[in-house]
Amino acid sequence: MEHWVIYILNGLYFASFLFLTSLGLSIILGVMGILNLAHGSLFAIGAFVAAWIVGTFGSNSPITLFFVGLLAALGVAGVVGLALETSLIRPMYKRALEYQLLMTFGILLLIEDLIKMIWGGTAYYASKPFTVMGSLSIGDNQYPYYFLFAMLISMLAGLSIWMIMSKTRVGIMLRAISMDREMAKAMGIQVGRLNTLAFGMGAALAGVAGALIVPTTPALLGIGMDPLILAFIVVVLGGLGSLKGALVGSLIVGETRSLGIVFFPEIELPLLFLIAVIILVFKPEGLFGR
Amino acid sequence: MLKVKELIKDFGKVRIINSATFEVNADEIVSLVGPNGAGKTTLVNLISGHILPTSGKIEFLDRNITFASPYKRIKMGVARNFQITNLFSDSSILENVRSCLFSVYGKIKRGFLPANHYRAITQEAIDILDLFGISEKKEFLPPSLSEGDKKILDTAMAFALKSKFLLLDEPTSGVATGDKFKVMDTIVSAIRREKMACMIIEHDMDIVSDYSDRVLVLSEGEIIADGKPEQVMEQDNVKEILFGVRA
Amino acid sequence: MGVKNTIFKPKFFVYLGCFILLLFLPRVLPIYHLILFESGITFAIMALGFNLLLRYTGLLSFGHGALFAVGAYAVGMTGEHFPDLYRIEILIPVALLASLVVSTIFGFICVRHTRVFFSILALAVSMVIYALLIKLYHITGGSDGIHIGLPIMFGKSFEGMKRFEFLSGAYYYVLICVFAAATIIMLAIVNSPFGKALQCIRDNEVRAEMIGIRVRRYRLYAFILSGLFTGLGGAMWSFVNGHVTPEIAEWMFSGEIVYMTLLGGFMVFEGPIIGAILFTYLRLYAVTMTQYWMFLIGATLIILVLMLPEGITGGFVKLVSKIRRTPSTGVA
Repeated sequence: MEHWVIYILNGLYFASFLFLTSLGLSIILGVMGILNLAHGSLFAIGAFVAAWIVGTFGSNSPITLFFVGLLAALGVAGVVGLALETSLIRPMYKRALEYQLLMTFGILLLIEDLIKMIWGGTAYYASKPFTVMGSLSIGDNQYPYYFLFAMLISMLAGLSIWMIMSKTRVGIMLRAISMDREMAKAMGIQVGRLNTLAFGMGAALAGVAGALIVPTTPALLGIGMDPLILAFIVVVLGGLGSLKGALVGSLIVGETRSLGIVFFPEIELPLLFLIAVIILVFKPEGLFGR
Repeated sequence: MLKVKELIKDFGKVRIINSATFEVNADEIVSLVGPNGAGKTTLVNLISGHILPTSGKIEFLDRNITFASPYKRIKMGVARNFQITNLFSDSSILENVRSCLFSVYGKIKRGFLPANHYRAITQEAIDILDLFGISEKKEFLPPSLSEGDKKILDTAMAFALKSKFLLLDEPTSGVATGDKFKVMDTIVSAIRREKMACMIIEHDMDIVSDYSDRVLVLSEGEIIADGKPEQVMEQDNVKEILFGVRA
Repeated sequence: MGVKNTIFKPKFFVYLGCFILLLFLPRVLPIYHLILFESGITFAIMALGFNLLLRYTGLLSFGHGALFAVGAYAVGMTGEHFPDLYRIEILIPVALLASLVVSTIFGFICVRHTRVFFSILALAVSMVIYALLIKLYHITGGSDGIHIGLPIMFGKSFEGMKRFEFLSGAYYYVLICVFAAATIIMLAIVNSPFGKALQCIRDNEVRAEMIGIRVRRYRLYAFILSGLFTGLGGAMWSFVNGHVTPEIAEWMFSGEIVYMTLLGGFMVFEGPIIGAILFTYLRLYAVTMTQYWMFLIGATLIILVLMLPEGITGGFVKLVSKIRRTPSTGVA
């Protein structure tokens, strides 16, 4: 019985950084209409930044340094996002959708090798925060406190995004743009600047998600690809532009992954995919899609 | 040809179309008029199948099409144009019309030869363009046409689908005033030749009185008049709705 | 809109001339280059299939590597598990059949969505196929892949022959014929009423539906046809490469497929062919020069998208029409 609790809690752990990643993807897709294929790379940047900071400096106070790592990941990924949007993505608005995808794909390739150039091909471990936090006993099993910590961070992030989107002027404008770009422009909203902001936000979220994962998974080349696909599955399942959808989608995907690893370890990705496909067959716009 | 019986459409609590009942016969041109927001486009969408009704019945050629898909209705012979012209902007206008013919003749599934080898169909496309007076521009791309010509092309395409019933949503809107009658002349003469039935949404009352066999007046979702233009225009309630004239 | 492919006749002679040139290539090129060229030809077959989807139907797939892998693995798995059937007359139909089945499922999942979702859904499906190729190692050889031996071609066995002899001899001619056939069939498809209907779908999906074109169904057909060509390319490539591994199903290769099509220019029919062959050389050159060739590909892709979106052939066409325009009074 306790095993099930552990499996479900593990699923929540997966779900937490999936939630952050997919939220970022959804914001970018919703506000800008661009499917950011480089999203996984931004995740990877966050992972490497955090892992490098903790791994290099963090022997003495791993927890504090981990916070530094998180913030750094957020900052670096966010700044990279802003830079990318202003330089490369902006010229693509007037072009056909395919070109936008191609551009983000080109950026993906660039970043993958930039990571290789900066950090080399080795794996960066940052497991200190994980081990230092210890674990909670649930029956005969141990449940790492770190997992709870990650869930907390992601809930806080989710909450902040929700508050920004519903309470601040900027957030309301972002939502307006995602609902109807033309109308928003007609009402005088500075779509250009907000696009940049949206991309930066999305990138920062991906960076934080990447940073969150490093205590349990080393930062490796190509670490961003799976999160990209999974985040996309979450967005497709949960429906575009829906925070609730991202939450529910992440939970579904996270739990399926967790249970899949236990019961069908060979095929947990295809299984996950099958579930997504089945849902899409009945509801092509996703569970909460508009 | 088309029979509409007590058609009702609600959007949530709002009743957009309230128990509309009328008929359109072969070789008849019926104008659908009414103030903005009366529900004219909704009615057209119900007939073309882009919206499904809340209740009521639509029969076309004695077959119930109330819930049939737009695709099925096109195959049965109901074609429409759009208020904002919606064309294939990357192909010549000849190809625009020819694609309709390919679709109708089922060549898309069965044709293996290069499109240009289908001489008869290509010629038919040219003939249709001729009928509508735009065959000199056959190699042009739609973006280079005037609004009036675009509308004519739009109607020519609906025509090329060998429809028996044409739904035209404001075929002269956006057309320069001087050209409006020319456009209508072209469209109406083609329709008459092929003995098609037609329902036109129109705001210009001169066009309505000159070209229609019958007029349907829609106001707030209800048909308040149905008859010959001269008769309908004289009705007091119609005059009030359309012209704001009170007896 | 560029050069219009209207008159059949002059182009026919150009194509014939190219075909004859190709037949003489083995006498001119050193073996190493010839084999590289053959690789490029197999990619060209694949790129033709890819472009049917991109240029003519308006769908950008980031997952075509998996379809390429299906064709290649069909050859490999037949060789491993049914060695008696290892004849090219059987292998090609088997590869096509496998591609048919996989493309139908793959396509059915993806074409139901908008164009943007389609692209990444294709990527996702291809990753699943990649994962399956690795995990089902007892039939696919896992990450080691499968060795591809020399097949029996029309009754003649090449056992004992060295691969480069095989490739510069009989196989080359078979490949060229397959390539020619594929090109002709694709030409027929894109110029047929079906091809025109696909372009209508790309241009204006709503209107296409309105003239009685079943958009989703034809997109699926286009996807299946695309998959068949791509799988065929994969099958022919497997003999050239001598080995198939799961990497070809991964996203990187799918991205390279997109890249080579863009490089050659997707607006012109022959663009992808040129792009594919060019890319084979470029890639080899880049890999020997630097270990950061993903960066190189990414950077050049971005430059292409920004400055030369219609690729080399597109740029060429623009140049030609500019030259044509200058001497006259400015009327195009």
